[in-house]
Amino acid sequence: MEAFFFFLLAAIAVVSAILLVLFRNPVYSALSLVTTFFCLAGFFVLLDAYFLAAVQVIVYAGAIMVLFLFVIMLLNLGHPDAVEPGVTRYRRTSVILLAVMLLAEVGLMGARRLGAPAPEEGALFTENIPYIGRLLYTDYLFPFEVASLILLVALIGVVVLVKRQPEADGGPSAAETGTQEPA
Amino acid sequence: MAYAIESLIKIVVVLGGIMGTVAYLSLAERRISAFIQNRLGPNRVGPFGLLQPMADGLKFLFKEDVIPRHVSRVIYIAGPAAVFVPAFIGFAVVPFGDTLSLFGRTIQLQVADLNIGILYILAVSSLAVYGVVLGGWASNNKYALLGGIRASAQMISYELSLGLSLIGVLMITGSLRLNDVVTAQATHSLFGFLPRWNVFTQPLAFVIFTVASFAETNRLPFDLPETEQELVAGYHAEYSSMKFTMFMMAEYAHIITASAVIATLFFGGWHCPGIAPSDTTLAASLLKVLAFSIKTGFFLFFYIWMRWTLPRFRYDQVMRLGWKMLLPLALANVFVTGLILTLSR
Repeated sequence: MEAFFFFLLAAIAVVSAILLVLFRNPVYSALSLVTTFFCLAGFFVLLDAYFLAAVQVIVYAGAIMVLFLFVIMLLNLGHPDAVEPGVTRYRRTSVILLAVMLLAEVGLMGARRLGAPAPEEGALFTENIPYIGRLLYTDYLFPFEVASLILLVALIGVVVLVKRQPEADGGPSAAETGTQEPA
Repeated sequence: MAYAIESLIKIVVVLGGIMGTVAYLSLAERRISAFIQNRLGPNRVGPFGLLQPMADGLKFLFKEDVIPRHVSRVIYIAGPAAVFVPAFIGFAVVPFGDTLSLFGRTIQLQVADLNIGILYILAVSSLAVYGVVLGGWASNNKYALLGGIRASAQMISYELSLGLSLIGVLMITGSLRLNDVVTAQATHSLFGFLPRWNVFTQPLAFVIFTVASFAETNRLPFDLPETEQELVAGYHAEYSSMKFTMFMMAEYAHIITASAVIATLFFGGWHCPGIAPSDTTLAASLLKVLAFSIKTGFFLFFYIWMRWTLPRFRYDQVMRLGWKMLLPLALANVFVTGLILTLSR
């Protein structure tokens, strides 16, 4: 049963990931990516990691992809020709970059597979929210804090960028007209 | 096998209950709005207009289903489904009663007792916006597109406050399971006479959550995606017949889930003051379900009441309220709750 669902989800994930690249229309691509995220959440459910599954859906499908769609629709990229020049110019570079990344990932997976410790078993593992919480604040405290610091830096960067623009134009400040006024 | 049958019965009962409530909520909205505006409202079909929802449903069913030629067909058709499904599956983790002893079996009155219940609700409610956004985009109509864009911006803005306001509740309860949240509220009392409902311990979180849930359900004063006056119904302007009805039903189903969640998280869910949580006789069990229904019913009324009382926010006001007021307040609430919990340990 579990194997059946795994292969079903894996097939859907791979097909939608390929479609993501092949679609000409960015809205369809975004939707394929959402499908892939759902399949990933499904994998987490199969692994009994319900917390990660929920976070996967909330953060990626619920927030980030909605933001993507927002940008696609706001810039009206629904027409294929709107993105074409940028894509063709960087096609060769991006293909090489992606190939290198793919090779690195495969290599890393292979190395992990040989010497990976088995995940902890027991009551704490099945109640995986306290387990993740404890791991984040003990073994992975440093990466966790570094990640939050990086996010903070990005946040400050965005605020600085938004604040600087109106002074240069002399127009109304972005803070007063709302951050993202589409209408 | 018995478990599967039990679950199936619960699913049918819950879905049927939501469907019935959706139908009568549409009537309630019309009657209450009429009352507020000093009119009568629909009162001709059946006694007190009680058959009006059936008449409306039949009418929508037999209307011509027009698919305009300029739409992106696949996504246009998928739009109503994408908004309908999340609206109806969100209720699955809400405990609408304690346990019910029937035919020698103890039945948990909840479809799925997930240990990430609250996260499940947040996840499902965040998916609901896809139907709106895609419907608006696929309609290939400027007004509909603007409605979709507004829906996505509004959803992202209010999702944060919605989630953050719940952290205070989680810190007090120490669990994401909705049943534990209810039990924690039912077993203790404040000052000896008040039940320890989270609305008393987390009043700010309650206000933030309620305001954000109005924005999440696209109800007035936050119905920016469908503003009739400026966007001529926005994202569902190009929909007709049953597809339009599905958008409508999903909106009401959302309100039901939101009301039930507010009642569960902040008003003790099925907890009824005066009935011990451990009391599991048939009468007590049914009273608990009744208590839950009354609390949810009040919030359903509250949603309608607010819609016909408050004017609509302007778009920049919606954004300012979300980012500059609710979000800092929610963060402050987390901080203060943590401080108090640490000091009182």
